[in-house]
Amino acid sequence: MVTPAMVLLIAFVAIPFVLAFWLSLHNVRLDSARPSTWMGLEQYRRILIDPLERGDFYRSLLNNFMFAIFVVPVQTGLALALALLLNRPLRGMAIFRTFFFMPVVFPMALVAVVWTLIYSRSAQGMLNGVINAISFGHLGPYDWLGNPHLALLSIAIMSVWAGVGFQMVIILAGLQGIPTSLYEAAAIDKANKWQQFLNVTIPGLRNTLVFVIMITTIFSLRLFDQVYIMTQGGPNNATSTVMYQAVTSAFQESNIGKGSAMTVVFVTIIVIVTLIQRRVLRQETEIS
Amino acid sequence: MSDIAARDAAAYAGAISALTHDPDVRAPRIGPGPARKAFSYFVLILVSVIFFAPIAYMIIGSLKPSSEVLSGLGGFIPKDLSFANYRGVFARFNSDATGYFGNFYVTSLIVSSVIVIGGLMVNSIAGYALARLQWRGRNFVMTTIVLLIILPFEAIAVPLFYMLNNYRNTYYVQFIPFIANALSIYLFYTFFIGIPKQIQEAARIDGAGPWRTFFSIIAPMSKPVFASVTILTFLAAWSSFLFPVMVIDQPKYRPLPLAIAVFQGQPPTDWGQIFAFGVMLVTPVLIVFLLFQRWFVQSVASSGLKG
Repeated sequence: MVTPAMVLLIAFVAIPFVLAFWLSLHNVRLDSARPSTWMGLEQYRRILIDPLERGDFYRSLLNNFMFAIFVVPVQTGLALALALLLNRPLRGMAIFRTFFFMPVVFPMALVAVVWTLIYSRSAQGMLNGVINAISFGHLGPYDWLGNPHLALLSIAIMSVWAGVGFQMVIILAGLQGIPTSLYEAAAIDKANKWQQFLNVTIPGLRNTLVFVIMITTIFSLRLFDQVYIMTQGGPNNATSTVMYQAVTSAFQESNIGKGSAMTVVFVTIIVIVTLIQRRVLRQETEIS
Repeated sequence: MSDIAARDAAAYAGAISALTHDPDVRAPRIGPGPARKAFSYFVLILVSVIFFAPIAYMIIGSLKPSSEVLSGLGGFIPKDLSFANYRGVFARFNSDATGYFGNFYVTSLIVSSVIVIGGLMVNSIAGYALARLQWRGRNFVMTTIVLLIILPFEAIAVPLFYMLNNYRNTYYVQFIPFIANALSIYLFYTFFIGIPKQIQEAARIDGAGPWRTFFSIIAPMSKPVFASVTILTFLAAWSSFLFPVMVIDQPKYRPLPLAIAVFQGQPPTDWGQIFAFGVMLVTPVLIVFLLFQRWFVQSVASSGLKG
């Protein structure tokens, strides 16, 4: 009964996964009829060590990390705040939950297309219009996607909008899992709301938060669609990412070996992030 | 590794039972005072407006003359509304060179339905075999599945592109690699393991084999997990972008997300039409979302509650 799934997983996940390592050690090009040749670690040397070639890759890696440094705390914090708001015993919470969750069902390609216009650099752009109105004409217009200092931040803000509902729902489920009796006990001990939050809510959400932080980190490392549609990595590599580099190397330059080497570096980082998460979770189990 | 799977399964089973209650119905507590209540609503409404603004902008823009979409805050003012942009999309994509709008829709529908339906069949029986049947190598397979869940598609995109380069510009290259899915198998596994073993035993005593037991007894009582997996895979399939970018360059086989990206990049840019395209792209998911909202929220929550 397990055979169909296993055959498909081996053919389309396991084999490509192993193939990435093999390809990264060879000179494989799609645009040439010559058979692939052994290159050893040359691809890795080029993307990681060679002073003439490593620049783009390191810049992309740095962009992924800067994106994560913004998105992970902002998105997790916002998701937690929204979940706490929605968890109150008030009427109409389901409607608000619908609003916050709705962007999650929008395909990222569509989100990126719509926000490209929102971020239009003209004074008539929507965001520039809003900023102009609330600053009474003092601020703007800004070139959100064309200014190297703003472009990555603009993509990050859009990504938070698109993704926060997902994290919010996970945290909301985590909040519902905290027994009401714990809050009652804390109230009997005369703990105020803030103390209850610190001593009941946060410990109760610990595993959920660790999980949310991990998936948001991995999501930040996967960044591709938005960059491909909105900036093509520009201006001046300001928004290039590891996946964007890997895909352009493999697809536009037909350099499969180079793209695969980047993929292997990408997988290594994912594995490290996951191991850290497992360790953090294990520590928690030992404490309790 | 199987201890992790067992712990995750227990967490999942707990989450399912917690979620069968409407999350909005809380145990009666003393509500906040009127001032704090008003403040809460104020914040909620403000945040909702910010969240809905880009969507409203797209919908209003799709109904306005293109020249008036890019007009600062004026873009929100519904004026001179018409469906001209929607007709314009069909008129613009009406030749073999540009592709037909219908082609994009058909591609997305074919690819998404095969991934969802094929995935439900293949992954559910695999989840059942892992949860309830005894066979050699089961623990090894289970461990592999758990490890594969964290592996994002991006990690195999480049080698998969290389492998399937000779099959580019087809429908099946867009769905075959995505039918078997480790997360789906895992969600089925955790659900089936929560079903009492006696049910399966009773079927066996009545002479039913594993296939019969699965299709006539286990599957009909597992609607929640089938619904969750349907929603999660449909969302992912309908949004698929990275792989089509690499393997599709003929308009006929272009799915909607790739088609709108290509549309946006082709001058002359007509924002009214691009937004109309966007509204038509998202309408199927939005309808499914609004109809089955509780299922959406629960399936996302359950996909997350395995940390």
